[in-house]
Amino acid sequence: MMDRLKQMNPVFLVLLLLFVAIAILSPYFLQPTGYMNFLKRAAPIAILAVGQLYVINSGGFDLSAGALVTLTVIGSSILLDGEASATWWVILAMLGVGVTVGTVNALVVSWLRVPSIIATLGMMITLSGIALTWSGGAPRGYLPENFRFFGRFLIKDLPLIKILPVAVIVMIVVCALLWWLMHRTNYGKRLIAMGDNPKAALLAGVPLTQTRIVAFAMSSISAVIAGILLGGFAGVSTDVGVGLELQAITAAVIGGAQLLGGRGTVGATIAGALVLQAMFTLLNILGFPKPVRDVVQGLILISAVVIAGYRRRRSGG
Amino acid sequence: MSGEIVFEMKAITKVFPGIKALDRVSFTARAGEVHALAGENGAGKSTLMKVLSGVYQAEEGAIFLRGKQVAFYHPLESLAQGVSVIYQEFSLLPDRTVAQNIFLGREPVRRWGFLDAERMRRETQKVLALFGDRHRFGPDTLVGDLDVAQQQMVEIAKALSLNAKVIVMDEPTAALNDTECELLFQLVDDLRGQGRSIVYITHRMREIRRLADRVTVIKDGKVTASFDEVPETSRIIEAMVGRDIGHFYPEPAAKDDIGAAVLTVRGGGNSRLFDIDLDLHAGQITGFAGVQGAGRTALALALFGAEPFETGEVSVEGRRVTLTNPRQAAQAGIAMLPGDRKAEGLVLMQSVRDNGMLSVRAFSRALGHPDKSPIATLDQMDKAFDAFDLRAASYEVEIQSLSGGNQQKAIVARWLSLDPKLLIFVEPTRGIDVNTKAGIYAQMRKLAQNGAAVMAISSDLPEVLGISDRVLVMSDGKIVAEFGHGASEAEVMHAATEAHLGLEAS
Amino acid sequence: MKFQRPRNLTGLAPFLLLLVAVAIYVGVAVATGQTQYLTAENLLGLLGRSIALGITAVGQTFAILIASIDLSVANLISVAAVLGSSIMSGDPSMMLPAIVAVLAVGVVVGLINGLIITQFEVNPLIATLGMALVLQGLLSAAFNNFAGEVPEEFQVFAYGQVGGVSISLIFLIGLTVAAWVFLRFTRAGSKIYSVGGNPDAAKLAGMRTTRVVILAHVICSVCATIAGLYLASRLRSGAPWIGRDGVYDLESIAVVVIGGTALSGGRGGVWGTLMGVMIFSLIDSIFNLAGVDAFAKQILRGVIIVAAVAIYAMRSRRIEA
Repeated sequence: MMDRLKQMNPVFLVLLLLFVAIAILSPYFLQPTGYMNFLKRAAPIAILAVGQLYVINSGGFDLSAGALVTLTVIGSSILLDGEASATWWVILAMLGVGVTVGTVNALVVSWLRVPSIIATLGMMITLSGIALTWSGGAPRGYLPENFRFFGRFLIKDLPLIKILPVAVIVMIVVCALLWWLMHRTNYGKRLIAMGDNPKAALLAGVPLTQTRIVAFAMSSISAVIAGILLGGFAGVSTDVGVGLELQAITAAVIGGAQLLGGRGTVGATIAGALVLQAMFTLLNILGFPKPVRDVVQGLILISAVVIAGYRRRRSGG
Repeated sequence: MSGEIVFEMKAITKVFPGIKALDRVSFTARAGEVHALAGENGAGKSTLMKVLSGVYQAEEGAIFLRGKQVAFYHPLESLAQGVSVIYQEFSLLPDRTVAQNIFLGREPVRRWGFLDAERMRRETQKVLALFGDRHRFGPDTLVGDLDVAQQQMVEIAKALSLNAKVIVMDEPTAALNDTECELLFQLVDDLRGQGRSIVYITHRMREIRRLADRVTVIKDGKVTASFDEVPETSRIIEAMVGRDIGHFYPEPAAKDDIGAAVLTVRGGGNSRLFDIDLDLHAGQITGFAGVQGAGRTALALALFGAEPFETGEVSVEGRRVTLTNPRQAAQAGIAMLPGDRKAEGLVLMQSVRDNGMLSVRAFSRALGHPDKSPIATLDQMDKAFDAFDLRAASYEVEIQSLSGGNQQKAIVARWLSLDPKLLIFVEPTRGIDVNTKAGIYAQMRKLAQNGAAVMAISSDLPEVLGISDRVLVMSDGKIVAEFGHGASEAEVMHAATEAHLGLEAS
Repeated sequence: MKFQRPRNLTGLAPFLLLLVAVAIYVGVAVATGQTQYLTAENLLGLLGRSIALGITAVGQTFAILIASIDLSVANLISVAAVLGSSIMSGDPSMMLPAIVAVLAVGVVVGLINGLIITQFEVNPLIATLGMALVLQGLLSAAFNNFAGEVPEEFQVFAYGQVGGVSISLIFLIGLTVAAWVFLRFTRAGSKIYSVGGNPDAAKLAGMRTTRVVILAHVICSVCATIAGLYLASRLRSGAPWIGRDGVYDLESIAVVVIGGTALSGGRGGVWGTLMGVMIFSLIDSIFNLAGVDAFAKQILRGVIIVAAVAIYAMRSRRIEA
């Protein structure tokens, strides 16, 4: 029993402690509207973090995710400009953009051998450039109700939980699919093996380029989905995605994912995203100004890596 | 010929976890002589020299330098006393100049920490002058622009600039071609002429004949012979290998067991291989012998598509195949068990099961369940592990916690699940203790008996001879000789080095 | 380690890229009939527009040479700008204390970065990213608008001229020369190359590699704070968004890499970095001449960064193999 406890990922314990702290400080959090609101806010970052985990497990980084969120919001609002009937094909088009962006990232890494951090950095600059050019620097157009439905609609009058935001359903569905792909398919096992030791994976027959393309595409698709949610509840702005890629990496690292690949689970990454969001909520309740979030995020990012390294060395791994 | 004793190592014993690497080894070196330290891979040659330089500390025994007992705890300390070791892995910086490399970490400075570049260049010139005009590079040449032989000269120059009295060279010709070798030999002659003491580590007979004044042979961590002058080659080889290998290896295949050719290569070649004609038969273990750099590993990599053939054709069971990447090779029924398990075989952070299942998963439907592949299920993999007597606390533990032998079993299980027609074993028992070796040999034989063609590449010659039904000898990228089971080590080694001996005579 | 290096070109590549950029610049100027921009003075002036990037990139070169990286420079620039400007508060007598305080902050941040990387073995990307977030948070907690005021005496740094050449340009070139002399002619400089190129060989040769890593990070951070002081001088006050808006973290890395310094460490130098800065300024100017939209510029910039790194990565393929 003690052994199992020791082996358990500490992120779950941290999350529990944070929830308890928040609940004590703000009983509102125990109401369905309280925790559902919390989950709704956490949904985009959780989705982004799990997408990012695909790239991290493959041994890379995806810094272009935040810019892709912005592009999704800006692009959708310009394309739609309130035209509700176009919502579905715009969403499809945006997912297509996501697949393209991910594929380009992966091919630049695989074929041109550019380190993923530089490749996705270039993509990030390019995507924000496209978003700015397209919009002319200020948000234009607006998103119709049926597009904002995903981010903002609440299903009401449910038994037990009373309300259920659509964003939470989206989060659960997307994360479940990504959990399945990572942990219950051959693809996921190939991905993790490739991040662990690309040479051994290659010599065992794993198709590296194909595996990498899917990993980057998953990250980009999750960015598009996060963008659709954020467009729904935060509205259109040109800085909606700024810094989200770092939050996603931070969440994955808090969840114990190993940078440069080979170790990291979807469940722990979701927990990491919730820890990050809970930390922000707690700081808010305690009345700290918003900027303190950054300081805390920076400190936990470093500490998570230090602690993970320490645990690994101690266990002799 | 021989001058005063420069250093003396007495009854050195060095123990690593689970293995006695050196057992009461004594070694003496005199000024103005080349003392060859011979032995097979893993005999303990390099370990002995690492004890001398202070990389390792011996458990027992003593080292005397010019009559005074010394103990080194860091290579810097032995360097300061005039002992330089040139390892096979050079410690050079490719983007720095020759002079900067030679003075790495001890750059002469003037005031304010400014480099005395003039002095560095001057002293480098002076050292390089010792090479006559053979080096063809100057103090300001970038090391990355030099070829391997020249890089080695930089390492030697580094030793000379420290005014090393003892220079240890660890298999210095491993990556050199014949012309470069001859150049190196001349340099060694010069160094001897200057009254320095050279310890020359090698397992190549022709180098011993060409250079050595004295020879000490070690095997399995013990000195098996020490000659004050170079004896007949056969006596050195005997001391290097003479062990009882009888019961260690499984019985060879009977004639009837050997089936049709599984893999055929005609005229295969690339930058490291030439005119390879090869037939590998079902039921037969074919061993490949040859010195380092002879092309054995290159052949394995070519067959596995990792460094493909550029010319010639390959067929598997009579069908032409293209082997340009490992995935194609695996699909054609070829499996390779890499020599460097950690770097090329294992996904270290994953479980034993994940390591075993890796190839199954690589060749199953991407979205299929990882444990229920039609190729092999996890249950079948577990049974394979059981059958191999793979010992682990649980099959869920990370594979890095297992011993080398058990790791090897997991990789064998990985490939067997694909039912390969040809298995290429590269250094199958490297880093595996003696007791486990027999089990791996038995397994290789069993694979052959079950109808696979097996290819065995190893730098451990007795191993190649013991396990193989047929031995092919490679040299300079070509297959130069073939022997049946029961060939003697002497004749194989002779064939492996014959090309060189011929050159030497001319 | 035995290596075969792709011959020649290595040092030349940034220079060739620069020539290409100049040629395109001239071509576009001629084609669009804007030949009045084709004076030597104007070309030098291009560099003058990128002083802050230049100073930061010279520092970043040190971090990258030891195979590390620093993502905290942009926010450190902002910290330096608002801190310097606040301490000065328009009072010339406070100039010296302000400069000393700001440089001290640079030293401390560099030390912390270096210590986290060497003592806790944290990946430099994460360590400096964490530092960037911490600085960003502290900054936005304390300031949300222009802070303090830079006295006229200090504005000389950005606007002063000596013999027709701007002081800031002279400073940048002086800094580059100093960095070059340090790297090329001192023992400490040699150590930076050695530790970056082959840490094992450096250790074997008896070097204390952790000190070298820390030193490089201190130099990098101090350079960033100097860039912050320059920007405060230029804007006549410190703005908390100045570093982020300039994307100095990513741009400094990009120009260092385009300047031929290897991300894997041990190869390159500050002159290449300066050429990288010029190439970036030229690209900007070319877009201006050609009337490319400001945002489209950014798109092309991203593509150019990746393309440049790809060229280097392809060329060094053989080393990896």
